[in-house]
Amino acid sequence: MSRSSLCWSLGLILFGLVLVFAPVNLTDYGLPYPGLKRYGTYIMTLWLVTAIAAMGVNLIVGYSGQETLAQAAFLGIGAYTAALLTKAGIPFGLAFAASGLLAFVVGILLGIPALRVQKHYLAFVTLAFAVMAWLVFRNEQWLTGGVMGLSGIKRPVVFGINTRPFLNFYWFVLAVMAVMAFCMWWMLRSPWGRAFTALRENPVRAESLGVDVRLYKLLTFAIGSAYGGFAGALYAPLVEFIDPSPFALSQSFLYLLMVIVGGAGSFLGPFVGAAIAVLLPEWLRFTETWYLLIYAFLVMVLMAFCPGGVVVLVLRIKAVLLPQAAKVRP
Amino acid sequence: MTSVLDVKRLSRSFGGLQAVRNVSFDVQEGEILGIIGPNGSGKSTLFNCILGQLVPDEGEVRVDGDVVTGLRPSELNRRGVSRTFQLLQVFPELSVRENLILAAQEHRGSRLKRLFGPRDAGLTPDANRMIEFFRLGHLAEEKAGSLSYGQQKLLDAAMAFMAGPRLVLLDEPAGGVNLTMLANLKERLQAINAETRATFVVIEHNMEFVMSLCTRILVLAEGRLIAAGKPAEIRSNPDVIEAYLGHQANDE
Repeated sequence: MSRSSLCWSLGLILFGLVLVFAPVNLTDYGLPYPGLKRYGTYIMTLWLVTAIAAMGVNLIVGYSGQETLAQAAFLGIGAYTAALLTKAGIPFGLAFAASGLLAFVVGILLGIPALRVQKHYLAFVTLAFAVMAWLVFRNEQWLTGGVMGLSGIKRPVVFGINTRPFLNFYWFVLAVMAVMAFCMWWMLRSPWGRAFTALRENPVRAESLGVDVRLYKLLTFAIGSAYGGFAGALYAPLVEFIDPSPFALSQSFLYLLMVIVGGAGSFLGPFVGAAIAVLLPEWLRFTETWYLLIYAFLVMVLMAFCPGGVVVLVLRIKAVLLPQAAKVRP
Repeated sequence: MTSVLDVKRLSRSFGGLQAVRNVSFDVQEGEILGIIGPNGSGKSTLFNCILGQLVPDEGEVRVDGDVVTGLRPSELNRRGVSRTFQLLQVFPELSVRENLILAAQEHRGSRLKRLFGPRDAGLTPDANRMIEFFRLGHLAEEKAGSLSYGQQKLLDAAMAFMAGPRLVLLDEPAGGVNLTMLANLKERLQAINAETRATFVVIEHNMEFVMSLCTRILVLAEGRLIAAGKPAEIRSNPDVIEAYLGHQANDE
């Protein structure tokens, strides 16, 4: 194992441990860390769920160079599917799988006509779809409960452990997120990932080298949307009550924004972006109504000076502080 | 014996302009065929029609006897037809080796197998051999975008050969390449032609390059095929001198 991959592995293990123990009160074990309360843990869980959806957007936007303005709608598809199925007595595992699968299939159906033409067309198609999905969530009361929403969504029992307590649910979501991040990482480092990069950088050349550009675009769009569906299936039991508002078009813009702010095309980008999108409103709570204005201003400054997002910004700062690490090979 | 490439009565127009008019020719295995002609004579349109980038209005294209007209470029590529582009087309963010692996990975196994198989799709040895062959050894790990123009041209050509193609169409391989690199490129192309018996079709403006590389040359003017023959015959053909060489002399 090379030194850098050893560093990465150790860092990953350390980060994993921090995530596992972040909400836990460690004072009983003689460590001066009080852990997180119910609300803090809820925010952490929300961050993980948001990061899963953002990973999907990153696959579509950052890795394969397409556009999506419908991730919140896919989250909604996943959330309503999981809620309705679990309320009908179907085990959560199956409901979770069905949520992702349905989002995948809808992604394919949406992508087939849209991907025959230029990429901006996909943006418009997804935008229209986001509005349409939201209208379905709001108006089809018999199915979705309309604006009254669906309440009493139960958290699952996983391998005999009830995830009803907030800490258990956090760990459950953390485990699911880890599996999904691993799957994404695996796909991106496989030959598929290379094909994604190729179709983002130069689709005409990629096509001439045997890369079926249309199929790969469709796959990335559908898989990215499926990540939205999976995230939705976790979101429903997290909040235990769903209504159409978190799946509106404005939220889809937010998912796109967080990936761009975090760092599109970088693996950690969606995690950073989701953290900013979920945590910043909490930290900026004291600014009250100024919050959105400050957020917008920060985003504009970031985009003007570092369009690669926060991940690139951190790498640049690291390069300034540790010049030898960034030295270009001769 | 069937030809590797057989083009029959190919035509393509854009609005009122007939870019390619009723062009027919064939190419035998191992041949290096040059296509020359003044700017706007229809060379690139002809290439794009053969390669599936454009659909011809009329006519048909066969590769190894099979009709391939209307196939998409990726399908054509997987049948052993590969190309380079007039303007540089490497993937700047990928390393030289990654560019080469990409150029052949879609020919290896099924798509699902590639997802679960090794990261390099088992192509690192092939890529390394190609890197050595095109003398890019010291640059294997560099990002393609950081290479000089000439080196990128070599990489571009190397990518076209990675999957072991039957037929390679080279669109102005000499364009913008300095003299030393040009000699290198020509010599490598001849070596790979001798080694693999791959068939080449070359569009080129550089007369010296095309006359010394190709075994047979076609001349296009205003979308029509006006001459075909060995380099020496083409050089002395009055129609060609009139349509092309004279033309170019006036340009310069």
